[in-house]
Amino acid sequence: MNYDWAPLILTFKLAAVTTLILCIVGIPFAWWLAFTRVRFKPALEALVSMPLVLPPSVLGFYLLLAFSPQHWFGHWVESFAGVRLAFSFEGLIIASVIFSFPFLVHPVQSGFQSLPASLTEAAYTLGKSRWQTFLRVLLPNIKPSLLAGAVLSFAHTIGEFGVVLMIGGNLPGETRVASIAIYDEVESLNYAAANFYALVLFAVCFAILLTVYVVNKRLIRAA
Amino acid sequence: MEFQLTKRLKGAEGDFLLDVDLRIEEGEFLTLFGRSGAGKTTLLRCLAGLEMPDAGTLRVNGDIWFDVGCGIALPSQQRHVGFVFQDYALFPNMTVRGNLEFALRKGSNRKRIDELIAMMELGELQHRKPAMLSGGQKQRVALARALAAEPRLLLLDEPLSALDQETRLRLQDEILCLQRHFGLTTVMVSHDVSEVYKLSRRVIVIENGRAVREGPPAEVFGAGQGGGKFRFAGEVLAIEPADVVFAVSVLVGNQIVRIIATADEAAQLKVGSRVMLLSKAFNPMLQVV
Repeated sequence: MNYDWAPLILTFKLAAVTTLILCIVGIPFAWWLAFTRVRFKPALEALVSMPLVLPPSVLGFYLLLAFSPQHWFGHWVESFAGVRLAFSFEGLIIASVIFSFPFLVHPVQSGFQSLPASLTEAAYTLGKSRWQTFLRVLLPNIKPSLLAGAVLSFAHTIGEFGVVLMIGGNLPGETRVASIAIYDEVESLNYAAANFYALVLFAVCFAILLTVYVVNKRLIRAA
Repeated sequence: MEFQLTKRLKGAEGDFLLDVDLRIEEGEFLTLFGRSGAGKTTLLRCLAGLEMPDAGTLRVNGDIWFDVGCGIALPSQQRHVGFVFQDYALFPNMTVRGNLEFALRKGSNRKRIDELIAMMELGELQHRKPAMLSGGQKQRVALARALAAEPRLLLLDEPLSALDQETRLRLQDEILCLQRHFGLTTVMVSHDVSEVYKLSRRVIVIENGRAVREGPPAEVFGAGQGGGKFRFAGEVLAIEPADVVFAVSVLVGNQIVRIIATADEAAQLKVGSRVMLLSKAFNPMLQVV
């Protein structure tokens, strides 16, 4: 029997791009959030954590509204960048980044906070700028947290269902990721295909998490 | 350098004002002595630019580092101070050598690293990570790293407090030797009388944020008790009744001395008291060893 690999490939592509964007945006943000003393920090932390507790359909619903060309945001993106976000891969990426944000920010933020303040201060007295301190002192010392954050957000994006269904729909090759494909195949009583997607996802996720735990053990021993 | 700094601090017994006015000569070794929570460390951090005083001025060799009136507050990065932290603050991701190299200023000679490694006897350890070092070794690396950045001012925050007595004595010698070698103006925070005696020419006693006494250690710690030719700072370990008198065990350096005290004298003492052990010149005996 011939299986369609497209949904799986799309899933991993989405997870990879999402994780990459999250690392670029989320790590500096986590750094800032770890040490900032702004008054609205608790509000910001609550907001970051919202995707953990909110039903994906709620997030998906609001994103769908915002992405629609009738909404100013969707309209602006479409006229500015020429990209329609609703029911498109680009839209899925934005939604996934928001949805997986806490999975990256939380471990990285607590990683930063677990480092003694004297490390940063020592680097400053040695004449190093904030940026040099960040790159050469802070980041290398929170490797396990960085790995945990990246992998969790990658795995979480693979497992996404509700948000994707709300804003992506089920367009083959565009928004039809594996989790949606499974649901779709089950609905049409095509259990063999559903089983194929489910098994691959299961195996891959297990392999990823296993790697993390093995690598993390080594990192901690090496430190 | 001279400074006059004030800062409101939160203490265990309510807020108090750190208010210190000092002049330190070039090349001097000065100690700030006092209980924990008296404001010594905060003062040191203000000098390093790690904390911001509420008001005052700080001038080093004619350069203004801090002046509230003119709105000047030089960031730590530009002050060129060598700060040795209580927890050493070595970068765990770098080797001993890496820590020193990281500290080098742009354009400075890399030979300085080799010199420091040789001087501090770190050759064997240079490729180890800080986690593999003992407390005394970490302390030596921290000191070497502070010096690698060619500081204009060396600030030591209770540098030896976490070490055992033997290591501590050896490192005191090293600090003294390095300070003289580089002729560095040095400010050290300490609450160890013997350390202050050994290292510094001048000590400032800080209580509740204010300098209450200052001068050479012998004068400051021995003030008002005159007459003794021998003075050793010690700590009371135990007070035990022995017939009609009391036997007081005092720790001097790493020796325990038992001294007889009358009931009145013993009443003034308690375990942990800081005491001076005095002796008239004709009393002690010398023995060749």
